[in-house]
Amino acid sequence: MTERQTTFKVDYFQFLGVDGNLVQGVKIPALAKDLDRLVELYKLMVKTRLFDKKAVALQRTGKLGTYASCLGHEAAHVAIGAAMKPEDCFAPMYREYGAQFYRGVEMSDVLLYWGGDERGNDFKKAPHDFAWCVPIATQCLHAAGAALAFKLRKEARVAVSVVGDGGSSKGDFLEAINAASAYELPLVLIIMNNQWAISVPRSSQNHAPTLAQKGIAGGLTSIQVDGNDLIASLWAMEEAIEGARAGKGSVVIEMITYRLSDHTTADDASRYRPDDEVKAAWEREPMIRLRKYLTQQGAWDDAKEETWSEEAGKEVQAAVDHYLDQVQNNPQPVTAMFDHMFASLPHDLVAQRAYAEHYPEDGGHH
Amino acid sequence: MAEITLIEGITLALARAMEEDPSVVVLGEDVGVNGGVFRATAGLQAKFGDQRVLDTPLAEVMIAGMSVGMAAQGMKPVAEAQFCGFTMPMIDHIMCHAGRMRNRTRGRLSCPMVLRFPSGGGIHAPEHHSESPEAIFGHMPGIRVVIPSSPGRAYGLLLAAIRDPDPVIFMEPKRIYRWQKEEVVDDGEELPLDVCFTLRDGSDITLVSWGAMIKETLAAADELAKRGIHAEVIDVATISPLDMDTIIESVQKTGRCVIIQEAPKHCGVASEIAAHLADAGLYSLLAPVKRVCGYDTVMPLYRNEMKYMPSVRRIMDAIEEVLEVS
Repeated sequence: MTERQTTFKVDYFQFLGVDGNLVQGVKIPALAKDLDRLVELYKLMVKTRLFDKKAVALQRTGKLGTYASCLGHEAAHVAIGAAMKPEDCFAPMYREYGAQFYRGVEMSDVLLYWGGDERGNDFKKAPHDFAWCVPIATQCLHAAGAALAFKLRKEARVAVSVVGDGGSSKGDFLEAINAASAYELPLVLIIMNNQWAISVPRSSQNHAPTLAQKGIAGGLTSIQVDGNDLIASLWAMEEAIEGARAGKGSVVIEMITYRLSDHTTADDASRYRPDDEVKAAWEREPMIRLRKYLTQQGAWDDAKEETWSEEAGKEVQAAVDHYLDQVQNNPQPVTAMFDHMFASLPHDLVAQRAYAEHYPEDGGHH
Repeated sequence: MAEITLIEGITLALARAMEEDPSVVVLGEDVGVNGGVFRATAGLQAKFGDQRVLDTPLAEVMIAGMSVGMAAQGMKPVAEAQFCGFTMPMIDHIMCHAGRMRNRTRGRLSCPMVLRFPSGGGIHAPEHHSESPEAIFGHMPGIRVVIPSSPGRAYGLLLAAIRDPDPVIFMEPKRIYRWQKEEVVDDGEELPLDVCFTLRDGSDITLVSWGAMIKETLAAADELAKRGIHAEVIDVATISPLDMDTIIESVQKTGRCVIIQEAPKHCGVASEIAAHLADAGLYSLLAPVKRVCGYDTVMPLYRNEMKYMPSVRRIMDAIEEVLEVS
């Protein structure tokens, strides 16, 4: 029998203060001085926020279905994408656009998916990545399966998945932790703790002081980071991913952030969430502090911000135009629902497909 | 040439599939050193190693979810659920992901996994070990459901299921795991999915069944034969998609049909077949279509389980009713 060990500690990492200054008294990772890289990632955060605002506007004007906003998660999401290699595999939940944009998912893909068109999941430039995953926490096990595949094939690839604070209550997440431990998988599990599972606050999920400690119960390295701090989030992700790639095992990272938006556009958070809490959360949001830091370091200024906002805005608009063109001028025909059910269509579906072709536009009304 | 049982046909097919394709991985609870609680994976870990035959933690959701993930990333997982009742927590991953992966991604990702498990009653097992959930899985779009009823079909259909590029639920009728032996040549020849097998030709009545109930169905056909009545016996084999052409062609010949299933009657596969006959076979029918099924009750504990399952007598009574109509 091994020695009983029932004490543990979950370390918390933050390097960039809300005032844009580096936190004093802690060892700052070298990437804090890689200003060119940080500027690139900041620019992606800006673009992601512009995109998000546009997507919400499209929903409000009836041009997009229900949409899950990523407002407030930009640093955490971009850090996840930036820490991964192209050959790694991402199993997202449903709002990690910043990570996905970094990996090559198009803005128009996001719009197509939430616009009710399966073609949005056909990521041409992220061919291994899983699609958005609505059944909560199931993606964690898909990532674990991917990680097991990589390990069995002796490939130096890592699988990464994200679950919410609410999703961390689900068995799938806990079974993924357990599997990661049992098989020593190259897997990084992120708990995106944005404090709210629709209307249920973090405090109602459980009374454990951290969510990350669930990983410790499974024998995994488990930490918390300030998910609104790009530097800390990126550092933690890189450490975890490269450690997992080197065979050092799986890591759980709880990223502490805040969902500044409603859960989705179908939700109204003002019904359950106090305004002063949201106001306070805006003080800690991820963009302002990074912009201040980059400005102090001489790597960014108002003119650059203006130029980039304009440029990124054009990219967003081009994605919107492409999306609208696809759904208006190149919609999927009725037969599209049959064509990818199986590698080759079984006889019963051949008959149903032929039948459906007689009713190309039929159906109820929204 | 060796005579083998149905479960030995399973083992033989697993070994053959693992030999021919390095991406085939067997995983499940107790499938390794122990060779599975029914010994379906006996000897496989010794032969292929613990990187090909993986004992899993005791977590059914994990087995299903990780199989989906592995399959989407180029592996061919053949997962074992220890018993039919333990597949219920797996349904989220089978229905919400395995069956949707290809469609959801417009063919970018797929899910070539097999989930195999012993199903049905009749072996004096504890609660949750004796159910027949083929209709539950059969209702799921994007999922094939296959049930063998002989050693040869176990071998040929499992090979086809593993080689198939889409997810297959492979239900093994455990009551007949060791019922009969037959010669099976381990030549890697698969049997076709998506088609029924006509086990016996006949012109007077069509008997349709699958899995372990084939045993009682054949016994009923034997009794009829003694009386000079020739029953055509069809083993459905692939529950989804359903090969109605074979059944309808038979009914066009016989004009009469009895469907036998162990599962509860309501919303069952027998009902689906009967509905198809009402739709496309009505003018060939000389008598009402009868279903002989398990009751719409909970599967009883083992002292009563044989009373639950269709007996030869219950099947014969239904056949009599159908034959009486002139």
